[in-house]
Amino acid sequence: MSTLTLGKALNEGLRKAMENDPKVLVMGEDVGKLGGVFRITDGLQKDFGEERVIDTPLAESGIVGTAIGLALRGYRPVVEIQFDGFVFPAADQIITQLAKMRMRSLGKLSLPVVIRIPCGGGIGAVEHHSESPEAYFTHTAGLRVVACSNPVDAFAMIQQSIASPDPVIFFEPKRRYWEKAEVDTDSADWAPLHSAQVVRPGEHVTVLAYGPAVKTCLEAASAAAEEGRSLEVIDLRSLNPLDIETVTKSVNRTGRCVVVHEAPVFNGYGAELAARITEKCFYRLESPVLRVGGFSAPYPPSRNEDHYLPDLDRILDAADRTFAW
Amino acid sequence: MTIDSVRGAPDTPELDRPELIQLLTPEGERVEHPDYPLDLSAEDVRDLYRDLVIVRRIDLEAVALTRQGELGLWASLLGQEAAQIGSGRALNDHDMAFPTYREHGVAYCRNVEPLTLLGLFRGVSHGGWDPKEHGFHLYTVVIGSQTLHATGYAMGIQRDGVLGTPSAAATIAYFGDGATSQGDVNEAFVFASVSNAPIVFFCQNNQWAISEPLERQTRIPLYKRAQGFGFPGLRVDGNDVFACLAVTRKALENARTGQGPTLIEAFTYRMGAHTTTDDPTRYRLKAEEESWKLKDPIERVKAYLVRNDLADAGFFEKVEDVATQMAKELREGCRSMPDPEPLAMFENVYADEHPMMTEEQEQFAAYLASFEEPASGEEAK
Ligand SMILES: Cc1ncc(C[n+]2csc(CCOP(=O)(O)OP(=O)(O)O)c2C)c(N)n1
Ligand SMILES: [Mg+2]
Repeated sequence: MSTLTLGKALNEGLRKAMENDPKVLVMGEDVGKLGGVFRITDGLQKDFGEERVIDTPLAESGIVGTAIGLALRGYRPVVEIQFDGFVFPAADQIITQLAKMRMRSLGKLSLPVVIRIPCGGGIGAVEHHSESPEAYFTHTAGLRVVACSNPVDAFAMIQQSIASPDPVIFFEPKRRYWEKAEVDTDSADWAPLHSAQVVRPGEHVTVLAYGPAVKTCLEAASAAAEEGRSLEVIDLRSLNPLDIETVTKSVNRTGRCVVVHEAPVFNGYGAELAARITEKCFYRLESPVLRVGGFSAPYPPSRNEDHYLPDLDRILDAADRTFAW
Repeated sequence: MTIDSVRGAPDTPELDRPELIQLLTPEGERVEHPDYPLDLSAEDVRDLYRDLVIVRRIDLEAVALTRQGELGLWASLLGQEAAQIGSGRALNDHDMAFPTYREHGVAYCRNVEPLTLLGLFRGVSHGGWDPKEHGFHLYTVVIGSQTLHATGYAMGIQRDGVLGTPSAAATIAYFGDGATSQGDVNEAFVFASVSNAPIVFFCQNNQWAISEPLERQTRIPLYKRAQGFGFPGLRVDGNDVFACLAVTRKALENARTGQGPTLIEAFTYRMGAHTTTDDPTRYRLKAEEESWKLKDPIERVKAYLVRNDLADAGFFEKVEDVATQMAKELREGCRSMPDPEPLAMFENVYADEHPMMTEEQEQFAAYLASFEEPASGEEAK
């Protein structure tokens, strides 16, 4: 067991994957000597060399496009997109090529590419550095989409994603990079990559979250408990595929559900959850599934981000509102 | 072609060494260039000097304010003052500039309030000035995007039929060495070339894209890329304000008279960190920074003024005083800059009404108000 930050857990996970498989490559802007702007790849170039840890030219479409080519040649590239808002120049390669090549080749081609994206707000950054673009990717068939929320999962999920024969979009909660936990780096006894986890059991309301919002929901659950309300918090971990079993089991018991994410509510991932839960748990629901998230406006200047991001109060408010029906 | 020649290292064989257009040496000696005659009065030079000193001071002040927690971040222009003031002062009122996030010197030339720039980095706004009023577009953070906008704008100027007339205009697109790898920038070169658009591509090659040295982006000097796209490219000493002014003036004039695009590579150096969150000691040597200190863009103008008796001690003192006063106002203005109203988030998202967003806005307003309700007999819900 060692105490690791989420960022360091990712670093250790990448290191393990590179040690275990010489085909694993790391590529992106500033990932080499600098170790990435968040230091997630710190020390990897020093230990594995410039051939395996590539400081690429500054071009996201180029990075993902060449990662596809490397994968076609048998490599397993792990791409770092420096910030969420800079994945869009690569959107064409991801959506049009990466996601669809297996089907186009009748299964003859595999693209085991992982695209790591630090996501979410709350760090006081300038524009394009605080976005939550997951819905664009969950909407694209052919991509697996996961989001870690804590160091233990970060360590496991990055290795599981690299091992996946399919392309994986891997979201990292950037404002949680410095959160610490005990991680057993010698064990590989992990929950399946695409499973959700109940991170706090409860009775009255199911709260669904992923990535950076999980911690906020856990805090909300503690606050609710003081007022005698018991929230069950589920960390979805995987957005596509979704572990709907774990979700419905909980909602069928509580009869109430609140979904929390930083992305705008309108057409966000929560819309899919609400629809699916309504179908699966219709007769057990005591109230509609409520969503808490960003507004239908672009991510604001950082002095307003605390208002835009779902916080404890807005989550508690939604939990309360599920009792109004 | 060796890698060294990309950076113009001094040991490059003479033949391979790219030509660097220079009108003022680092020692402050005026040199002539047959293609770039430049006639500056003593007052012109003193004005340029004042500009350089002031933008450096704005920059230093912003870095200090970031350290004090007043700004979230700052992208310093330290070392690039001449490239920005030289090119910025070459623009006329009709021209339109498309900056990155580092063009504070050009912003100054276009009369954008420094405090407004600080507001962006403080997190009060995403921009906030009127691009039309200033002939200066908003800062673009996504690398390279603005080069296409500048090209399209130039295509518009073309279609207005003003080229060659007194109301002729051109655009200037600013970008870095790293940006030259982006698809957008290369596409902008293609569009500008095939349409012969009135645009100047002004690349500040400051040798670094965060931690990545120039070699990660190119194996030939950047200005030479223009040839492949079908328009002229040239390299200018980016720390020489005279040369930057002369070269940009000429390129803009060519554009305004219908002679199409030019790529200017201003060869300079990012003296500071990439931004205030960056630590350059992790990836570059102090010795490199020290060698560029000798080419300081401000010192050489000062040396020229002194050497030619164009300014006395009183002048330099006065410039310092002006800069100090400006820094003081900036500091105070920044500290007292109010946060935006929470509901401002919903402003300017759409021109026409959008009932669904308005509903969200009203719900949020009611939610905020619920915290302010005076305590009554009834318990707050
Ligand atoms: C599309 C995109 N990818 C990545 C980034 C993150 N980023 C910000 S600045 C920068 C380096 C830019 O280098 P250069 O073009 O040389 O300009 P400089 O910062 O040196 O002025 C990077 C990678 C970004 N802003 N946009
Ligand atoms: Mg640069």
